[in-house]
Amino acid sequence: MSIGDDIRRPRRPAAHELERYEALFATRTGRMRSSVMRDLMAVTARPEVISLAGGLPDTTLFEPALFAAAMDSIADGTTAEALQYGPTEGFEAVKECIVEVMAEEGTVVAADELIVTTGGQQAIDLVCKTLLDPGDVVVAEGPTYPGAVPTFCAYEAQLVQVEMDSEGMQIDLLERTLDELTAAGHRPKFIYTIPTFQNPAGVTMSLPRRRRLIEVARERELLVLEDNPYSLLRYEGEEMPTLRSLEVPHGSRDGGDFVIYTGTMSKILSAGIRLGWVVAPRPVLAKLNLGKVSADLCSPSLTQYFVAAYFAGGDWREYVATAREAYRSRRDAMLDALAELMPPEAHWTHPRGGLFVWLTLPEFIDTTDLLARAVRENVAFVPGEGAYDDGRGHNAMRLNFSSVSEDRIREGIRRIAKIVEEQLALYGSLTGRARPAVSRARSASPPDQPAERELADVVELPRRSGKAARRSRPV
Amino acid sequence: MSRVAVLKGGRSLERQVSLVSGARVEDALERLGHEVVGVDVGGDLFPRLRETAPDVAFIALHGPGGEDGTIQELIEALGIPYTGSGVSASARCSNKVLAKHALRDAGLPTPDWVAFSEDAFRELGAADALEAIEQRLEFPLVVKPTDQGSAIGIKFARSAAEVPAAILAAFSYDPKVLIERFVHGRELAIGVLSRLGGGAEALPIVEAIPRDRDFYDFTARYDIGRTRFDCPAALEPVLAAHVQEVALAAYELLGCYGFARVDMILAESGPQILEINTIPGLTETSLLPQAADAAGIDFDELVARAVELALTRAAVEL
Repeated sequence: MSIGDDIRRPRRPAAHELERYEALFATRTGRMRSSVMRDLMAVTARPEVISLAGGLPDTTLFEPALFAAAMDSIADGTTAEALQYGPTEGFEAVKECIVEVMAEEGTVVAADELIVTTGGQQAIDLVCKTLLDPGDVVVAEGPTYPGAVPTFCAYEAQLVQVEMDSEGMQIDLLERTLDELTAAGHRPKFIYTIPTFQNPAGVTMSLPRRRRLIEVARERELLVLEDNPYSLLRYEGEEMPTLRSLEVPHGSRDGGDFVIYTGTMSKILSAGIRLGWVVAPRPVLAKLNLGKVSADLCSPSLTQYFVAAYFAGGDWREYVATAREAYRSRRDAMLDALAELMPPEAHWTHPRGGLFVWLTLPEFIDTTDLLARAVRENVAFVPGEGAYDDGRGHNAMRLNFSSVSEDRIREGIRRIAKIVEEQLALYGSLTGRARPAVSRARSASPPDQPAERELADVVELPRRSGKAARRSRPV
Repeated sequence: MSRVAVLKGGRSLERQVSLVSGARVEDALERLGHEVVGVDVGGDLFPRLRETAPDVAFIALHGPGGEDGTIQELIEALGIPYTGSGVSASARCSNKVLAKHALRDAGLPTPDWVAFSEDAFRELGAADALEAIEQRLEFPLVVKPTDQGSAIGIKFARSAAEVPAAILAAFSYDPKVLIERFVHGRELAIGVLSRLGGGAEALPIVEAIPRDRDFYDFTARYDIGRTRFDCPAALEPVLAAHVQEVALAAYELLGCYGFARVDMILAESGPQILEINTIPGLTETSLLPQAADAAGIDFDELVARAVELALTRAAVEL
């Protein structure tokens, strides 16, 4: 076929916007983010790349026989139900499983205080949908879960992030921030927090801060969204009560006042079944349920039946224990490799559970650009900028240890460390300054108070030796 | 009807865009009646091309590897005709420094710059020259990796203090970077198409208009809704014609063939060429196909012309 002038359609007469659907898009899509980071992340999916970027549980740990058994038991008499719509709030049998999981975390709830959601992500979305008008303020930790930021943006919320230290979100800072926001005429609606093994920082909120946070919510009549995907993945240290259990100590029939709690099967069973849940004060729960009707009517019946069959068929705690042991070894492998291989300018957190280590580099290194270099070396991480909505985090990265073997973790860290070393040397020659002499010697934590020392090992504080300190305590 | 291999994907940072470009090209080729084989470019490219034995390869790869002459040279060695610019034009255009030298030597306008390799800093102490460079080019400066097609890795430095980190970032993408004078003005993109009978034509001009006037933030280009694109750009006819002439002159100077997109800043003093993309995006929202559409050339026609040009060139060379 040839192009002749005769078949040309008439030229358009005047300047017009090229983007065909631009005029049709809702204003809020302008806040939906697409970024350089996303382009970069697309390249990390290649098999030769050691990806420390995911947040994936290791589903290879799950026995195919258990999967088959659960599916067989569904087929045996409940095929039709599993293929049918279900109730919006979820099947009773699944809610009983969830009650069991929460009891394991020391949190007493009744089945009618929760609704099943399509992953914890939907719970975040529904809470936003229910509470936020455009311009409303959400307060979160800085850094926060990178997957929640686009949700807040999609509802045109303003995200205000409060810095953490070794004990999690700094509540005095939070109060000051809330005062300033109120004075400026803003309207904070809820405080989003991952108090235990925070994503991405790996920090856990201390008990006094948990108590104070609930008081703050009560005093100011604000809701707290407690996101708790990881608390059963604890590798060391004492269990910490959930905010929900602190607010409603022995369970109650009134659903509590100010804490909305969301949990998920993703990290303790399967991320692919997309099953989470949300517990909320009753009036809030009713609205969330309405929001869920418009979102998807109900979460998948098939995967709910799977959960119920799996819980009925054996001890779910056993699988959690298997995963926990595997992740603990991988965390140790990562902390050991970091301590041994990272240059002294790097600092990182020491998570006592969960899936992530947060690593901070000198201010002049942009981790989004660094990822381009890392991908050439076949290793990937999540650049820190995605964990903020205000440009912070550009010199930090999130490292995941749950979905990669110990050998590959070590190799991945070796490659990242090498690139960081190169960048530091190059910056030195660019500024005409040799690298400042930082001692490579690692100090072991004093044996009398290892826990305190390690908790200090967080976001903004100088790092300490992960290896020596960790080994000083039985695990 | 021909058998056409569409080369897409690859390992560059623009992999995603390339996959979308490639899929759209495949659809168009099928509508045009060709036999289409999509190839995600990887280690098995050679055997796949041998086995497929296409009459022509449509290269829908963006960025280093696909757009810089590497693939073109390999395919040429196999004797397969391919779309777009040849090896030397691809290599010249994708290397911004070589392209700028060629433009300056020919008297075409491009912002003043200085280029550096990583080795120059490491081994020759080039850092000492930074101050002199900053004085010559004046702030704000733009720091770019030499060989990166999109806006990836581009940083602004408003003061001397910001320069080292900007250079460091650019070195993450390429061992050579260029430091360029920042030119204030309107951002224009001009698509150019070769004609079947010889020569080339410039398409209607596209203007990128940032919604929130932060000149320094090239990442706005990535954010849906933060930039809008007008076509044809609102320019005086005489000025528009001049801009198109400059784009065409650059296209011809660098020996481009098939199609290309010339990016410019329209300063008060006139147009300044920033770069020439020899394989610009071919997605629904990409600028070249939309500019072609504004000229009455729909996507299928654009693809058909590219294929025919590839076959024509091969016939001449044989």
